[in-house]
Amino acid sequence: MDSGALSFRVMDENDTFQVQCAGEWTVRHVESVDSALKEIKSRRVAGREAVLNLAEVVRLDTAGAWMIQRTAAQLEAQGFKVRIDGLTLAQQALLDAIEHSFATVEMHPDEGPWYIALLERMGATVRQIGNNIYDQLAFFGLVIATLGRAIRNPSRLRLVPLVHHMEKAGLDALPIVALMTFLIGAVIAQQGAVQLQKLGAEVYTVNLVAIVFLREVGLLLTAIIVAGRSGSAFTAEIGSMKMREEVDAMRTLGLDPIEMLVVPRVLALVITLPLLTFIGDVVGLVGGGVAVWAMLDTTPDAYLVQLREASGFWTFGVGLLKAPFMALVIAMIGCRAGLNVTGSAESVGRQTTSSVVQSIFMVIVLDAAFAIFFTGVGI
Amino acid sequence: MGGQDDFIIQVRGLNNSFGGHVVHENLSLDVKRGEIIGIVGGSGTGKSVLLRSIVGLQQPQSGDLTVFGQRLKDLSELERQAVEQRWGILFQDGALFSALSVAENVQVAFREHLSMKPSLMDELTGLKIRMVGLDEGACSKYPSELSGGMRKRAGLARALALDPEIVFLDEPTAGLDPIGAHGFDMLIKDLQRALGLTVFMVTHDLDTLSTVCDRIAVLADNRVVLVGTMDDMLQSNHPWVREYFHGPRARAARSIR
Ligand SMILES: Nc1ncnc2c1ncn2[C@@H]1O[C@H](COP(=O)(O)OP(=O)(O)O)[C@@H](O)[C@H]1O
Ligand SMILES: [Mg+2]
Repeated sequence: MDSGALSFRVMDENDTFQVQCAGEWTVRHVESVDSALKEIKSRRVAGREAVLNLAEVVRLDTAGAWMIQRTAAQLEAQGFKVRIDGLTLAQQALLDAIEHSFATVEMHPDEGPWYIALLERMGATVRQIGNNIYDQLAFFGLVIATLGRAIRNPSRLRLVPLVHHMEKAGLDALPIVALMTFLIGAVIAQQGAVQLQKLGAEVYTVNLVAIVFLREVGLLLTAIIVAGRSGSAFTAEIGSMKMREEVDAMRTLGLDPIEMLVVPRVLALVITLPLLTFIGDVVGLVGGGVAVWAMLDTTPDAYLVQLREASGFWTFGVGLLKAPFMALVIAMIGCRAGLNVTGSAESVGRQTTSSVVQSIFMVIVLDAAFAIFFTGVGI
Repeated sequence: MGGQDDFIIQVRGLNNSFGGHVVHENLSLDVKRGEIIGIVGGSGTGKSVLLRSIVGLQQPQSGDLTVFGQRLKDLSELERQAVEQRWGILFQDGALFSALSVAENVQVAFREHLSMKPSLMDELTGLKIRMVGLDEGACSKYPSELSGGMRKRAGLARALALDPEIVFLDEPTAGLDPIGAHGFDMLIKDLQRALGLTVFMVTHDLDTLSTVCDRIAVLADNRVVLVGTMDDMLQSNHPWVREYFHGPRARAARSIR
């Protein structure tokens, strides 16, 4: 039995049973003898003495010492009287310092077969979704109640944070919203014109742009940009405050975190998202105008005239009416995810991801619901 | 072994500055093999910077650092990695990897530097965890679920994973209750005795200094102004040292003992 830097030899003669250990018994090397050591046994045990001889061990560290102790314990369990020999003083001290319990610890909880684990995860996820919906509704109610109190008693409205968040979530988002809506407006007009030209109906391109953009795309695009930009920022801001116990500190000082942190953000988004949508709509129509001018030679004058014929007040109104509701959903999901942060920085990351995914999903679900509703009432 | 070899760490002429702000100027310090040395000094005197310079987390402007008799500057990348495996570091508050459980934190070094069967790795991890006085139940917990004292113990278990010859500790007892701090002191002392460790410890804790440190080094005026035993400290005439070791808190700590 020899493997590189360390080795042991079992001598099983008439009256001696000896395990001779040699070499470097350190964490780097012990693995090579781990299983061989476990297999040491003897046919004749009864009352014999087993000697572990360490005289040739050149280095010993905790891992090596632990393995020696484990072997001693194992021989004792077989009925030997065990003696450890040839130790230096330092090695003796080390052996004494290592405790003598060798119970294997369960460090990686047993998850059972994979199909059970799969079912378990599915169940847990479904339950979590249920809880999530319930909690979100409860939070919704709480914020609305706080908002109601703040409106009845306007001195409780925090104006400075409100304006601050309006600037960050609204004004600062303008360039990206304008750029995106302009491009998408132009793309819709260009693609629409190509398809309608095949039918000889290219005059309807303007109608297409007006209806699609004002009713749906302008708002959806803006809401999704805002969800990605501001919803995530809300989660991260509130989440890191929660992590550093600032939110708890607020509570102990008699400040309501909902009133201080959530209400200004919700209000800011409810005010700015319709404004952003309005600007997005206008810029999108300009984009569409540029595209039809380039492709179909429709002059801006003619474009405006046709636009006025194609869209009534409600084409525009439907899109704008949905905006505050979208804002409410985005801000509430963002803020609640922030307040759900626990302990670690990793949890901030996880909550931010989930907040963005949830709010974009909810924006689209809400849009579908509104589409059914508006069709139902006939506008 | 004699002469120079008795010093496991030698710092010579260390200079550190940030922008125009000088932190160390021609600082020298020797640490003996097998001792526990405590580094004290006011806040911002560069104790952490000294520690970080020695372990290579920070590049000093100039100066010679010799550890295990090897000049760190002269080492190749590979030799340097070999040296780094011979020391362990406990950061303030543990610096455990938050995405990993305590057991996985301890196993990081096993996985990275050794090829070892998972079962043996688990057994050795259990040994380290018990050695630093943690309950085995803590193995599967995540750092965010632990108290400050437990995080420090887990951090120490991680630092000790590869049986280093030197451990560096940055304010190990800061933020612990007196019982926890005393327990941690004793743990360090016991481990040092049993494993023959050299301990380089930055601390403000007067109790730690007097109960576990063999020698104390005082950082002031951008350098080490005094190295010696607790008695040397008490007899010193350096104004800061006097104030530190004869101040009301020092007297209180002594009178309790
Ligand atoms: N990365 C850095 N950049 C700039 N200044 C630093 C940096 N690290 C430390 N310092 C400065 O060096 C000084 C010493 O810091 P430190 O060693 O952390 O003090 P302490 O003795 O309290 O541990 C402080 O004044 C600090 O401002
Ligand atoms: Mg420090």
